[in-house]
Amino acid sequence: MARKLKLRIWRGDATDGGLKNVEVDVNEGEVVLDVIHRVQATQMGDLAVRWNCKAGKCGSCSMEINGKPRLACMTQVASFPEGEEITITPLRAFPVIKDLVTDVSFNYRKAMEIPSYEHPKDLAPGAARMQQVDVERSQEFRKCIECFLCQDVCHVVRDHEENKKSFAGPRFFIRIAELDMHPLDILKNRKQKAQEEHGLGMCNITKCCTEVCPEHIRITDNAIIPMKERVVDVKYDPVRWLGSKIRKREGIV
Amino acid sequence: MTMTSLEKYKYDVVVIGAGGAGLRAAVEAREAGLSVAIVCKSLFGKAHTVMAEGGAAASMGNVNDNDNWQVHFRDTMRGGKFLNHYRMAELHAKESPDRIWELEMWGALFDRTKEGKISQRNFGGHEYPRLAHVGDRTGLELIRTMQQRIVALQQQDAKDHGSSESHIKVFAELTITEILKENGKIAGAYGYWRENGNEVLFEAPAVIIATGGVGKTFKITSNSWEGTGDGHALALKAGANLVDMEFLQFHPTGMVWPPSVRGILVTESVRGEGGILTNSLGERFMFKYIPEVFKDKYADNEAEADRWYLDQDNNRRPPELLPRDEVSRAINSEVKAGRGTEHGGVYLDVSKRLSAEVIKKRLPSMWHQFYELAGVDITKEAMEVGPTCHYVMGGVEVEPDNAAAIGVPGLFAAGEVAGGMHGSNRLGGNSLSDLLVFGRRAGMGAVAYVKNNPTATVSEKAISDAAARIEAPFSRAGGENSYSLHAELQEVTHNLVGIIRTGKEVEEAIEKIATIRARSANVAVAGDRKFNPGFHLAFDLDNMLLVAESTAKSALLREESRGGHTRDDFPGMSSKWRQINHISSFDGNKVNIKAQPLPAIPKELFDLFDVHELEKYMTPEEIAKGGSN
Repeated sequence: MARKLKLRIWRGDATDGGLKNVEVDVNEGEVVLDVIHRVQATQMGDLAVRWNCKAGKCGSCSMEINGKPRLACMTQVASFPEGEEITITPLRAFPVIKDLVTDVSFNYRKAMEIPSYEHPKDLAPGAARMQQVDVERSQEFRKCIECFLCQDVCHVVRDHEENKKSFAGPRFFIRIAELDMHPLDILKNRKQKAQEEHGLGMCNITKCCTEVCPEHIRITDNAIIPMKERVVDVKYDPVRWLGSKIRKREGIV
Repeated sequence: MTMTSLEKYKYDVVVIGAGGAGLRAAVEAREAGLSVAIVCKSLFGKAHTVMAEGGAAASMGNVNDNDNWQVHFRDTMRGGKFLNHYRMAELHAKESPDRIWELEMWGALFDRTKEGKISQRNFGGHEYPRLAHVGDRTGLELIRTMQQRIVALQQQDAKDHGSSESHIKVFAELTITEILKENGKIAGAYGYWRENGNEVLFEAPAVIIATGGVGKTFKITSNSWEGTGDGHALALKAGANLVDMEFLQFHPTGMVWPPSVRGILVTESVRGEGGILTNSLGERFMFKYIPEVFKDKYADNEAEADRWYLDQDNNRRPPELLPRDEVSRAINSEVKAGRGTEHGGVYLDVSKRLSAEVIKKRLPSMWHQFYELAGVDITKEAMEVGPTCHYVMGGVEVEPDNAAAIGVPGLFAAGEVAGGMHGSNRLGGNSLSDLLVFGRRAGMGAVAYVKNNPTATVSEKAISDAAARIEAPFSRAGGENSYSLHAELQEVTHNLVGIIRTGKEVEEAIEKIATIRARSANVAVAGDRKFNPGFHLAFDLDNMLLVAESTAKSALLREESRGGHTRDDFPGMSSKWRQINHISSFDGNKVNIKAQPLPAIPKELFDLFDVHELEKYMTPEEIAKGGSN
């Protein structure tokens, strides 16, 4: 039942590294993470890889498989032609720690920069009333498992370390959109801040993030584009611009 | 081996584990003004809580206003076959609605009812629709909400105190190898960064263990790699007790095919939403397996079971929604009798009752999971499912009100790692609510304790002992492979201490576990300390072995079948055994078990039940007494 599979796995650390050839058994129905585990248990006891749930729910086993950002636990070995070598490398947009493990602390720093959810001061526990249709827009973005594949694939930072400072990335655009569309959130200016402080304008909607999202969140269509449109709307509509000045409103409605 | 300098930190509280319970405890302690270290083995936000699918049980009564804490309490006790610590079940039932509403105040977005309230769904063993949920990814919503709550507090600290880490710091990818005591009280914890192997000392008067479960001790499990019983073992070694470790929940519906996904959870919501179980002959077999104690609550024919989905007041529930232990045993029996599917499971089908659109909306991740991993479209076909090791009811023996570990001042435990709350079997949905209720209480317990107990300095000897233990696997050449020993342990527990047990098999397991443990003292690790999974597993393995020993020894002593402990040689449930808790302790060499009387249920809670129901569980003497006073 088992057949042999040829793998090329990147091994090394921040100072040095390269692809190592390995041959390993593979059984029917196995995913790439299964064969990595087999390599670990039988040939490379110290092969570093992150994983947790092995069910596509935690977003830990993010890596690049044949150059494409993917979850190893959701990538069937059978999806590649038999006999073909599979190349496994760490996420490219983040610094390597060791082998397939990268330093993703960039994302946690960005999370800290986004103002948190804020509900009306007089809201009492249990008193909130929201319609399903109104929560669904934000719920789509709250499906995010923080695998950071969208961050990894995004060309604004993938090969441009210098952009990281001013660009939060798709994961955090959907976080902002989620809060912006949250029926109870009262903080104004989220979209404008996305534009001015988090680099929304640097995105030129190539939709690579949407393509790699394992949760099939429509990052570009449902979060980024609507926010861009609204920001542009207000910026270039003289009547609304004037209105916002006269009434001294902080937010963009 | 290059020895690096020791990193040292001082905190008021160290929380081990960043799942729902740990984060809720941390929030509570921080809000009371304490400084908190949150330590976790994975990245922040990856804890096993994300795997919880169905929902969080809380008697808010949003869907059926007959619900209240008393009904929830009764259901929980029934589900646990009355082995629960009554006080934990009581606190849990009373406080869980507040904990859910609190999550909403922190930004959680649950699914809604038509009136705009939090929607609640049916689940096994719950009399009314009770589970607050977000599709089938409720655990993710809970962990993300808690994670974002921590971030919000850190942002506030940045404003007020100039640093986001002034009061809460998350130490992600750090393994704790030891809980430290001085003069009989908690003094801190010791561990190492997984990234580079550098060692870390935490000095703190209070430690909260919130490390979750032990599933990785077993071969077929729904648990992630982190479920290695770390907290159970750390507590035992620190002098705390574990209670009732023989009770393991085998969730009835794990995936069975293909082999690589065997054990991955199929949420109970599939049955809550109308999924039915059939065998290879096409029989809806659960009608044959309704136990005596549940006969008045569950339909014994298909017509009534089907009507229940439309009219819950005038019909009994379908037997697919019996508590998990009952359904698991039924599936096991069907497969054993030769009526299983090709791959050794049974069929679970939701496609006949719900439209494809509704299935994709209510069970999106199940659809996704089967489509991507098994090539099965659940809107058209049945799933193949079978039991998988899911949850440990046993755990650290605690004081119900403040989650303090009995016997170790300064140590607290909450969530799956704590014992008592669920008795012999946990109801689905009671885990997420348990995390919140007792996570908060553990935080409160630590706050009260820290007030009167200053930090003690950890002795040099304790530090050097802990450091020596971490270095040991590197100093052995040509020793055992930790991966192989782990696989051997999983075979032993699966085959000999699994869903159905016999005394003879369990005895064999105890011997084999001892042999593996002896060999594990000789584990050697290849490579260096830098993010080295073989090295990490050496410590996990040590923990799992201690947990397995505790489970096997407790299982051998309990000569009855109840909840998550089924003895083929003692198939009945015994009222006498219901009065007994098994307490595990560790003497430095081996785990010892003693029988301890279960705290008697007080009169006001006793009176919530029909006495005829209690007669099925309690001895005539207990009934005559009518509860303690």
